[in-house]
Amino acid sequence: MRVQARFFAAYRELTGASGAEVDLPEGATVADLIDTLRERGPSFGVLPPRPAVAVNLEYAPLETELNDGDEVAFIPPVAGG
Amino acid sequence: MPYAEITADPLDPARLLARVGSPEDGAVLLFLGTVRNHADGRSVSGMQYEGYQEMALEVLRRIAEEASERFSTPNLAVTHRLGALEIGEVSVVVAVSSPHRAEAYGASRYVMEEIKRRLPVWKKEFYVEGAAEWVRGTVPPADGSPAPHSGAGDP
Repeated sequence: MRVQARFFAAYRELTGASGAEVDLPEGATVADLIDTLRERGPSFGVLPPRPAVAVNLEYAPLETELNDGDEVAFIPPVAGG
Repeated sequence: MPYAEITADPLDPARLLARVGSPEDGAVLLFLGTVRNHADGRSVSGMQYEGYQEMALEVLRRIAEEASERFSTPNLAVTHRLGALEIGEVSVVVAVSSPHRAEAYGASRYVMEEIKRRLPVWKKEFYVEGAAEWVRGTVPPADGSPAPHSGAGDP
């Protein structure tokens, strides 16, 4: 399956990318996606090992199982207001 | 029905105020968040707001609905601005009305506290001396749930 990772704010600047497509085996979780990305190379290696994430616009824990076509956003600490 | 909006356009507080108020309400409260010219002893020249726009709208709607339920008033409107803002510009507006003032104060505060806890919005401060930094934020809850306290419960 293929999921779409998105990076915002500080994470976008750290990785130099606003997003990435990632192929994962069936049954993969958010944690697997993070590991896969971090192993891809130095630009994604800078991502924290346990960031806050949202799956399809909802905050989700790292053990959440992913499905084909999911959008997984990496959410730096928020600072609205 | 509470109203929520994320926009890159300049905010007009009167437009939000016009969305609240009713013959049953004896209290109308307007909160504005503005960009200030200092942070931790440094002079700030401006602020860049970035948001995960689709999600931010969903989260802001939910926050507005929670505040409306907890403080028993449907008359609540909130908008958050994105983009480049100058000193003094309005970044967030919360308008709420209720029969008595306690509910309006409670709901307004609830909306702001939850925005700071979980709205997927970030801001970069630009300093007069030339540097720029992302403002240190709050790690949002992994399940996106409201804070158990949040100044809420019975107003």
